[in-house]
Amino acid sequence: MNFELTEEQTMMTDAVKKFVANESPVTRFRALRNTDAGWERKAWATMGEQGWLAVSFPEEHGGYGGAFIDNALILEQLGHGLVPEPYIASVVLAGALLSRLGNAAQIETFLAPMLEGRTSLALAYAEKQSRYDLSDCETTATKSGSGYVLRGTKVWVLNGHTADVVVVAARTSGASRDKTGLSLFLVDGDAPGLERVRVHGMDGQSTGLLKLSGVEVGADRLLGSEGAALEHLEWAIDRGAAAACAEAQGELSELLTLTVEYLKQRRQFGRPIGSFQALQHRAADMFAEVELCKGMMILAALQVDEKDDARRKASISAAKVQLQTGGWLVQENSIQLFGGIAVTDEQDVGLFFKRVRVLQGLFGDADSHIDRYQSLPSFEGEAA
Amino acid sequence: MDMSYTPEQIAFRQEVRAWIAKALPQHLRHKAENGGHFEHAEILEWHKILAAKGWAAPHWPKEVGGPGWDVAQRHIFGEELIRAGAPPLSPFGLTMVGPLIIQFGSDDQKKRFLPKILSGDEIWCQGYSEPNAGSDLASLQLRADKEGDDYILNGQKTWTTYAQYADWIFVLARTNSTGKQQEGISFLLADIKNTPGIEVKPFLTTGGTPAFSETWFDNARVPQSNRVGPENKGWTMAKALLGHERTSIGGVADTARWLGVIRRIARDTRVGGKTLMEDAAFRRRLAKIEIRYRTVGMANMRTLAAAQLGNAPGPESSILKIVGTELQQEATELAMDALGHNAMGWFDSPTEAMPEYQLWLASNFNYLRAATIYGGSNEIQKNIISKMILGLPQG
Repeated sequence: MNFELTEEQTMMTDAVKKFVANESPVTRFRALRNTDAGWERKAWATMGEQGWLAVSFPEEHGGYGGAFIDNALILEQLGHGLVPEPYIASVVLAGALLSRLGNAAQIETFLAPMLEGRTSLALAYAEKQSRYDLSDCETTATKSGSGYVLRGTKVWVLNGHTADVVVVAARTSGASRDKTGLSLFLVDGDAPGLERVRVHGMDGQSTGLLKLSGVEVGADRLLGSEGAALEHLEWAIDRGAAAACAEAQGELSELLTLTVEYLKQRRQFGRPIGSFQALQHRAADMFAEVELCKGMMILAALQVDEKDDARRKASISAAKVQLQTGGWLVQENSIQLFGGIAVTDEQDVGLFFKRVRVLQGLFGDADSHIDRYQSLPSFEGEAA
Repeated sequence: MDMSYTPEQIAFRQEVRAWIAKALPQHLRHKAENGGHFEHAEILEWHKILAAKGWAAPHWPKEVGGPGWDVAQRHIFGEELIRAGAPPLSPFGLTMVGPLIIQFGSDDQKKRFLPKILSGDEIWCQGYSEPNAGSDLASLQLRADKEGDDYILNGQKTWTTYAQYADWIFVLARTNSTGKQQEGISFLLADIKNTPGIEVKPFLTTGGTPAFSETWFDNARVPQSNRVGPENKGWTMAKALLGHERTSIGGVADTARWLGVIRRIARDTRVGGKTLMEDAAFRRRLAKIEIRYRTVGMANMRTLAAAQLGNAPGPESSILKIVGTELQQEATELAMDALGHNAMGWFDSPTEAMPEYQLWLASNFNYLRAATIYGGSNEIQKNIISKMILGLPQG
């Protein structure tokens, strides 16, 4: 049992910290939030050069052979600066699926350039009606010649508006909500028949709405075996959940720091408002939940590759629930303790608040994870 | 980072588990399995069994009778004791005054007191709180005036838990009334059974057990040689102790046991033609509380791992008392809800209306309301976090 960072991890997180402080403070995010892409290829290339995109991929795929915890540590630091580059979409979701399922040619063509920061990827799985049910997929992939034709609409696709290549979940057989019949396809961002609508989100980041009206792909674009994608999607979305916990950790910690600083500076009734016990106890509660979130962020990151599915799911779900319940306590109190000024767009508090709320709703919210947790076979037995 | 136990630690857990299963006498095991309340004599019986094995004081250094375990082994041992439902040993000697004597006591005091604390031949109780000094402990008023080689003690202590069974009491007493109140307190040891002028009056808790008591001192004479550490330095030493207590009273392992009890009740209880364990709303409540348990458990593990490396408890340890005790309460609240009309029962009236293992639940539910108060109330803990960790200005 050991939760200390290795020397390499310390150096890496220090480097990310420096990048955030010098090249991507919150002011950069503010400047980018109304642009078309919402992020910059230059910064993405820097992240590629630093090895942050490749860190957890196996060496034979061009990575450094690290583990998911390295991704989590990077994301936590990126969260401190609300860095908008598509790390989760490209590295954690689509990249990991490519590395897990891709053949040599696919890895060479699609994964390798992303690891260097030359391209970015996305994973399109959600649909209007699906909420968090990954099997609820109405997008179809019909056999046509040696390839497939894709039809359907994907929503809330992280980096969907800008990705060079999108991994799209589509049905090759069965009805929506069937456990089999789901397949994954590598679709070019500029493929004929693909319409991409940029959707501006609450957190100031954009996502894509993807309309596939007869997108033709060759058989070489099938990722993994036909009809067997569901368990891999579940695996990838659990990584997404762990990544959400990691990024949010940086943001929650930032909310706590901003709030405590403000409590020390702001004076009312002739003294700093941080001297009032009613506010001190709220701040102490915030501190406790940030620490509890940190533990669960680590747990989730360490368990994404757990071989026992039920164990993995239980840990990830528990972490995601804490992100929403404990995280929310931090969010709501940060605004309450700042007072009215926190509800102005000028203050960073609101930016962090909104980003965390978006991450809470991604990859399953608390209710859906409580539901998954209680449905696991292990729930019937003794507490772990 | 690595969350797993080493093969040696896993083997250690198996060894400890097997030993406890064998060593715990049948009549105590029956009580453990049925959630019964252990009498003082039963706790003492188990204390002597552990002492004979050399496992009564896992956290004591080897030179004074500890088993020489590291932090992880102690943690594993503690978890296994609770898992087995073994009687919890009286903490006042073993985990409170014992470590204090080890750290600050004279050689004579070590020789005189430690062996009997370890063996269970002398049982201790604490004399900290007073009727007017609870959360504001430093304002305590019990006086210790010097006379010859003795101190003369006058005043009253409360929450002297299980003083009626104790042979000795450790007392925070005022030895100086001028200057800062924290700097006029001394740490004294008094023979509670044989000192004229000390009177103990137990009273019932709302849990129905005589855990609480008050102790009066009326010109009680205590030799100065029974003072631990320098005069007027008792507060500093006591504070070091409270820090010790805080991490251990979060009760994370106890909550694991409660979750097991809740499942047992839920399987034994029918609602709407199915078991409560099959009820969707109940399952979600149980899931939520178990997720909270895992969350607090991770904070506990991080604290433990830091301690294992010899680091001082990190900031996360200061929250364990708060979130751990709140969780213990929530777990017993859910257990009570699961009981339904059986929650009316009380341990002194076994009835065929309810299984034996449910009888003591209401008592525990009531007693554990104290968990967020004892060991420094949770509000005091939040004051400490605000001041010591967040650096917020004092009012």
